[in-house]
Amino acid sequence: MSAPAPNTTGSTRAAPTPNLPKRRVIGTGALTWVDERLGLGGLAKKQLRKVFPDHWSFMLGEIALWSFVILLLTGVFLSLWFKPSMAEVEYLGSYAELRGLHMSEAYASTLDLSFDVRGGLLMRQMHHWSANLFLASMTIHMLRVFFTGAFRKPREMNWLIGLALLQLGIIEGFAGYSLPDDLLSGTGLRIAEGLMRSVPVVGSYVSFFIFGGEFPGDVIIPRLYTVHVLLIPGLLLGLITAHMLLLVYHKHTQWPGPGRTNNNVVGFPLMPVYMAKAGGYFFIVFGVTALMGALLQINPIWMYGPYNPSQVTAGSQPDWYMGWLEGGLRLMLPWETEIWGYTISWNVMLPGLALMGLLFTVLAAYPFIERWITGDDREHHLLDRPRNQPTRTAFGIAGVTAYGLLWIAGGNDIIAAQFGLSVHTLAVVLRFAVVIGPILAFVVARRWALSLQRHDRELLLHGYETGVIVRSPEGSYSEIHAPIDPNRAYSLTTHERREPLQLASPVDANGVAAPGQAKERVRARLFRFWYADDVPKPTPEEIEAAAHHASHDGGNGHHVGIETSGMVGGEDFASHSSSEGTSAVKR
Amino acid sequence: MTSHGPDGHLPQRSAVTDGDTTGQDLSLLPDRPAEPVSDPGIPPHEPRPTDVDPVLERRAERQVAMLFASAALLALAFCVAYFTIDESDIFLGYGALNLALGLTLGFALLFIGVGAIQWARKLMADHELVEYRHGAASTAADRAESIAAFQAGAEESGFGRRTLVRNSLLGSLAVLGLPAVVLLRDLGPLPGDAFARTVWKKGVRVVKDVSGEPIRPEELSVGGQINAAPASFFETEGPDGTVIPAEYEGHQLQIEKTKAPVILVRMAPDDITPGPGREDWGIDGILCYSKICTHVGCPISLWEQQTHQLLCPCHQSTFDLADSGRVLFGPAARPMPQLPLDVDEEGYLIAADGFNEPVGPSYWERG
Repeated sequence: MSAPAPNTTGSTRAAPTPNLPKRRVIGTGALTWVDERLGLGGLAKKQLRKVFPDHWSFMLGEIALWSFVILLLTGVFLSLWFKPSMAEVEYLGSYAELRGLHMSEAYASTLDLSFDVRGGLLMRQMHHWSANLFLASMTIHMLRVFFTGAFRKPREMNWLIGLALLQLGIIEGFAGYSLPDDLLSGTGLRIAEGLMRSVPVVGSYVSFFIFGGEFPGDVIIPRLYTVHVLLIPGLLLGLITAHMLLLVYHKHTQWPGPGRTNNNVVGFPLMPVYMAKAGGYFFIVFGVTALMGALLQINPIWMYGPYNPSQVTAGSQPDWYMGWLEGGLRLMLPWETEIWGYTISWNVMLPGLALMGLLFTVLAAYPFIERWITGDDREHHLLDRPRNQPTRTAFGIAGVTAYGLLWIAGGNDIIAAQFGLSVHTLAVVLRFAVVIGPILAFVVARRWALSLQRHDRELLLHGYETGVIVRSPEGSYSEIHAPIDPNRAYSLTTHERREPLQLASPVDANGVAAPGQAKERVRARLFRFWYADDVPKPTPEEIEAAAHHASHDGGNGHHVGIETSGMVGGEDFASHSSSEGTSAVKR
Repeated sequence: MTSHGPDGHLPQRSAVTDGDTTGQDLSLLPDRPAEPVSDPGIPPHEPRPTDVDPVLERRAERQVAMLFASAALLALAFCVAYFTIDESDIFLGYGALNLALGLTLGFALLFIGVGAIQWARKLMADHELVEYRHGAASTAADRAESIAAFQAGAEESGFGRRTLVRNSLLGSLAVLGLPAVVLLRDLGPLPGDAFARTVWKKGVRVVKDVSGEPIRPEELSVGGQINAAPASFFETEGPDGTVIPAEYEGHQLQIEKTKAPVILVRMAPDDITPGPGREDWGIDGILCYSKICTHVGCPISLWEQQTHQLLCPCHQSTFDLADSGRVLFGPAARPMPQLPLDVDEEGYLIAADGFNEPVGPSYWERG
């Protein structure tokens, strides 16, 4: 295994340098020892110099990964002192305000961790902050994957694994949040119990079986503890491993650019560059989390007091990732149905249980819906710029808008108090906004993306605006346009030229109606909805013609006349494109 | 947004791919215009300043080493802080120990991370490499071989042929699911009518929820509000001075506390519109309602005396306590249950009866 043979080709790879002074090759002995026992040479020769592409957005998932590692480390520390028990004890620790009070052992031991174990508060705060970071970075990483189309073949299964990770992360976060058994988390559990009861037919049984009897009972904290430290972390660990193995197997997606094609990956090798960068990044995430733990107070449970079902604090808020569900609960209309003596609580069930199911069902189905519409069975390793997928982008923005509005609704009491508004008026406004906002966002995002496509096209055909205005001898003014950099021009034209969907003939050769026509017509309609408005990228002839036209028009490089000729950029461009006979150029 | 060109360039029925069911592969479509800009290839490698200037290279080396050395010092400082700072010390309003530990640890980690990345950026080789992809699928030969192996195995097992063996195995595995489900039966008792029961019944005193003191109607002025609980939550003093322990303690007390808390409010009697059959449920304008929200069970205590409204702090359901606890706004579907009041011979408020409906959030069997 000495000097692993490079599996990479490429002009940039330097030839071996035989002129170096003879030195012992690093680690040969140890690596040979390992290889003689584990036989990892075959694997290592491929993976040690594996190439990863560089882009800032690729580190979002990395933050999630490192946050998970930090959660494991700090969590193990906390578990050495935390007592997951609801047995009633008298607090005798050093926090004077609560001394002598009766409380659960869970709450008392969390107080001990905060006040009597040195570094315990730091670890608690780091654990809580990294949980918030874990979910935030997973969410944003998911949005990155969605908007760039990185979920397409062959990565659909990794997308589904990612969704499972996000859902497990939410449950894991809620379970951990509930463990200290303070007033705030107890209120959260009380609300969760209300949601369980709303399950039709078996709701009361679900509640009784989970809480070991009537809420709050005396087993929920130990049960949640097992879920929080064993069951879900185990699942997360396994799924993260699968997520990473698939990432390695598929190789990372990359942004299109000069030399970056669907068939290669251009970047830096795992060893040494990405080991240093990713390893270093772990320390940075860890360090930032420690600084947050030092400087930013989070979940000061001693200020809430032990859980008492007859008390609640005004302004109670869940952790951020539950905020949108909380908002749904707040905005929901008071619908409840009674049939044959049984009650269905739509007001609780729909936002509390169905909303999360709806979001994750739509997210899980999207790659398969898009694939069905496009009928595209090829592998995609180049990322889409969101503008080149206007409808997908618009759906994403609509979803983000709905999520954001629900999230705002989750804090409507705080917002109302801060801005002196009526909490009722705010809720009514938000009820309408949650319905209208996503639709508006969809339309705006789609038009925006199409305009950006048009902008790209103009850049390619007419170059960029230099800001230099010249006056011709005849007295007309025009702005000098200069051609854009060829690398950039290439990057702007790598996306696919979307051709109209060709459907099969509705009848076969013998004039017999072919089956499945209705489904195909739906598909054609969806295809048109998704792609018909796309602005086609210019053809070589159009670029040629534009260059030709420009040199005739001004004689000064790329240069489009304005005012006198009336050939303003847009119209100019429309006249060029009309020959293609596409609808995309209508303005 | 579904509009398309008048020329109908997206034919729904086309003979182009006649005989094929769908035009699956876009790359097979005819007449694809050529790519407008040809691939200029990977831009040539630009050496970094540290690649060409030995002075800068050595400086970068020193920077990285300094970062690592500072991290080591900070890690030592962490240990010093751990042993020297008292947990009760305060520094600028922060707990001094937490601050010192967090800052030293945080910067130590940060410096290691920044040092490693600086090392990679300035000193490690920065030649871009190209690696070629291969399709995710295995080769056709491998796949054919594995399918053949699978089929051979399936054939040899007789899984398809010996249906008796197969079906009895599948049947027994299915039945084996039952023990797994049945084992969970003891997760909890059956709910029965537990959600519908509270400790309130005729004659239970309505007492203050923290001190347990009984309440006389005169103590409550118009507009006032008292959070109250049943007397059985508190220990009482017997006539001979002995202490009678509370009826409910520990977990049972916590459970009852999710249902029994009530709120007493006093309004001007003229403001009250008593519900049918509730005309005598109040005492001089004092009404008693459950404190547990009918939405998802938060205890409510935000009382607005001018409008007689009770607002839940969790999801802002608003109830009109002058009108039988009717829902005025928010996601709650049911009015707040009302507890009929009376006065005992000593002049203290008592329940005239229990609640006539379940308190708290709805559930399937609630009716």
